[in-house]
Amino acid sequence: MWMNLLLAIATLLLLAGAFGALLGYASVRLRRDDDSLVEQIDAVLPQTQCGQCGYPGCRPYAEAIAEGDAINKCPPGGEATIQSLANLLDVEPQPLDAEHGEEQPKRVAYIREAECIGCTKCIQACPVDAIVGAPKFMHTVIESECTGCDLCVDPCPVDCIDMIEVARGIDDWVPPHPADRPLTHDGPVIATDQRPAEASA
Amino acid sequence: MTEYLLILISTVLVNNFVLAQFLGLCPFMGVSNKLETAMGMSMATTFVLTLASVCSYLVNTWILEPLQVEYLRTISFILVIAVVVQFTEMAVRHTSPLLHRVLGIFLPLITTNCAVLGVALLNIQEKNSFLESVLYGFGAAAGFSLVLVLFSAMRERIAAADVPQPFQGAAIGMITAGIMSLAFMGFTGMVQV
Repeated sequence: MWMNLLLAIATLLLLAGAFGALLGYASVRLRRDDDSLVEQIDAVLPQTQCGQCGYPGCRPYAEAIAEGDAINKCPPGGEATIQSLANLLDVEPQPLDAEHGEEQPKRVAYIREAECIGCTKCIQACPVDAIVGAPKFMHTVIESECTGCDLCVDPCPVDCIDMIEVARGIDDWVPPHPADRPLTHDGPVIATDQRPAEASA
Repeated sequence: MTEYLLILISTVLVNNFVLAQFLGLCPFMGVSNKLETAMGMSMATTFVLTLASVCSYLVNTWILEPLQVEYLRTISFILVIAVVVQFTEMAVRHTSPLLHRVLGIFLPLITTNCAVLGVALLNIQEKNSFLESVLYGFGAAAGFSLVLVLFSAMRERIAAADVPQPFQGAAIGMITAGIMSLAFMGFTGMVQV
């Protein structure tokens, strides 16, 4: 009686232990090394899905980078993305490849709703489904979803889509350039406080 | 040789797991809305069922029977199936990302498919040999795939048809499954295994 019970428990324990060991070994052995690199690169890319790099989205570009493509083809990410890609892949950062576009401040699409004719062309162009609307009804952009990729601007037959710069929040605030800052006091304190034009005058 | 052929015909048509033995009904109703997903599910199930019937046969013959603990069959088969599915998922993901994209989401679902446990237990009940078990598992999966694909093709058509309101949705699906089961009863007695 007791022997049987112990035998049953031992058998099950042994089976479970063997299977557990097998799975544990497999999870270490069969980990996707190549793909986890793609995941990491994909996490760095800005996910605008704009296609300016020449690939149909951020993930395909991440896969291409993993296979050795250049890291400077992403205009929406700009300097910052190139820098973090260079850190991740341990290569020299390169300047942005101008062939693929220039770095621009973050923007979102805005549809002038009075002019929209409801053709749904921008909806089909949007890579992230950020435009809602139906045929012959006005469309609008879900601002929080829009990645500012510009892909909806070209298909619009009535040109009612504007790309509006997003106001900078507290997270991405940059100090204004000193040359543009108005002088708050009357005279220059030291010589370099003078603007170039004033100095020559 | 004929014996093996008969096993295949028996499991695919006569004793069809879904329509004659009513096993694996949840994926049969659940993933039959689209032909494409039905195909993916069929392929994944075929893969797992064949593999699981082999593994459970081996565990039964080499571990449970020598130790005379056959009463642990159900629980150890559940363990075997879960491990096989998990291991298959890892192996497929590692070796073929493309296949993983096709089968990926279906593989974990199959763990809970009662047809898998059913095949493993029926193999023992019918005292099948190793090769017979393999064929039995494969045949069961082929039969499951056959009716799943047929059923989903029908449901795609029904979705576009003008169904009376009380019958819309799952109701007409159930009725269709019932009629299909009746149709498969026509195969009864075709082979005796």
